[in-house]
Amino acid sequence: MWNSFRTDSHQATTAEITRYAAGGGDLIHAYVARPEGDGPFPGVVVLHHMPGWDEFYQEFTRRLASHGYTAICPDLYCRFGHGTPDDVTATVRSQGGVADESVVADSGAALSWLKSLPTSNGKVGIIGSCSAGRHAVLVASRVSGFDAVVDLWGGGVVMAPEQLTEKRPIAPISLTANLNAPLLGIFGNDDQSPTPAQVDQHEAELKRLGKSYEFHRYDGAGHGFFYYHVPAYRPQQAMDGWAKVFTFFGTHLKG
Amino acid sequence: VCTNIAQTTPIQGSGKGASGWFTLSRATVGYDHATHLQTEHALLLDFLNPALGVDARVAVELTLDSGRALISQLQAAIAAAEASGVAE
Repeated sequence: MWNSFRTDSHQATTAEITRYAAGGGDLIHAYVARPEGDGPFPGVVVLHHMPGWDEFYQEFTRRLASHGYTAICPDLYCRFGHGTPDDVTATVRSQGGVADESVVADSGAALSWLKSLPTSNGKVGIIGSCSAGRHAVLVASRVSGFDAVVDLWGGGVVMAPEQLTEKRPIAPISLTANLNAPLLGIFGNDDQSPTPAQVDQHEAELKRLGKSYEFHRYDGAGHGFFYYHVPAYRPQQAMDGWAKVFTFFGTHLKG
Repeated sequence: VCTNIAQTTPIQGSGKGASGWFTLSRATVGYDHATHLQTEHALLLDFLNPALGVDARVAVELTLDSGRALISQLQAAIAAAEASGVAE
């Protein structure tokens, strides 16, 4: 829970940009934040959103570490070059975006990296927002070994056939049968992608296939309502959503 | 919303970025999350030269109304240029 640490506790974390062997054995950058100490600590793969491997996601990753998780946020755009996050994102955009296959491979490698740590408790979750919410669902449906999945308003879990492309060839909802980890979904009812109807459609599929999930829908919030640097921010809904995330990860990764 | 709306075209021109003028080879026009404009989405105009690196970029974020106004003025200027008979 946010702001519930003991004031007399020893709390130390480290954070750095490092490299790890990702998809295809490529050494790519990752922002890693971890609690100091022997552990054991659960791990979380943090997937960044379409606007890039940016400062918001560095802070997001550090927040997880300060709550007792070893968190790794791979630079999914690493192979496109280096510069400021928005310049790199523009390059990725000009090339049609990052391929789902690349994200799945890098995420699977991040899962293995976390589980190989001597401080690991053997449990790993995955989380992402926006395009990365979709990616979190996709990865957990393609790669076994995750213990919890958090989808923060991931648009494009439900996709019409005409939205499928070479780089995004599969609608994640079609892989629901393969999702073998509990799923937490956080959504704004004013969002246009996913729309409330698409969230309902995803939930119906999870229910039909007997999957473990919990969805929370917030009134007065649209897309990206955790993003405190843009007008979409909704503090009350965001803080409640963060509490849901930490309760969910606590249950499935620390329990 | 990540719209994934983006159109790219080769271009010939020059742009002035953080380190001065450079040759442009590509333009991308998108409509997606804004980085600086305080709206959720914006028209994203990127003038690029990938051969020079990802920071060889002139970036513009516009509202849709501004994009329409810009198109109108571009078309007017091009039409006037062609009618003038003055070569490039």
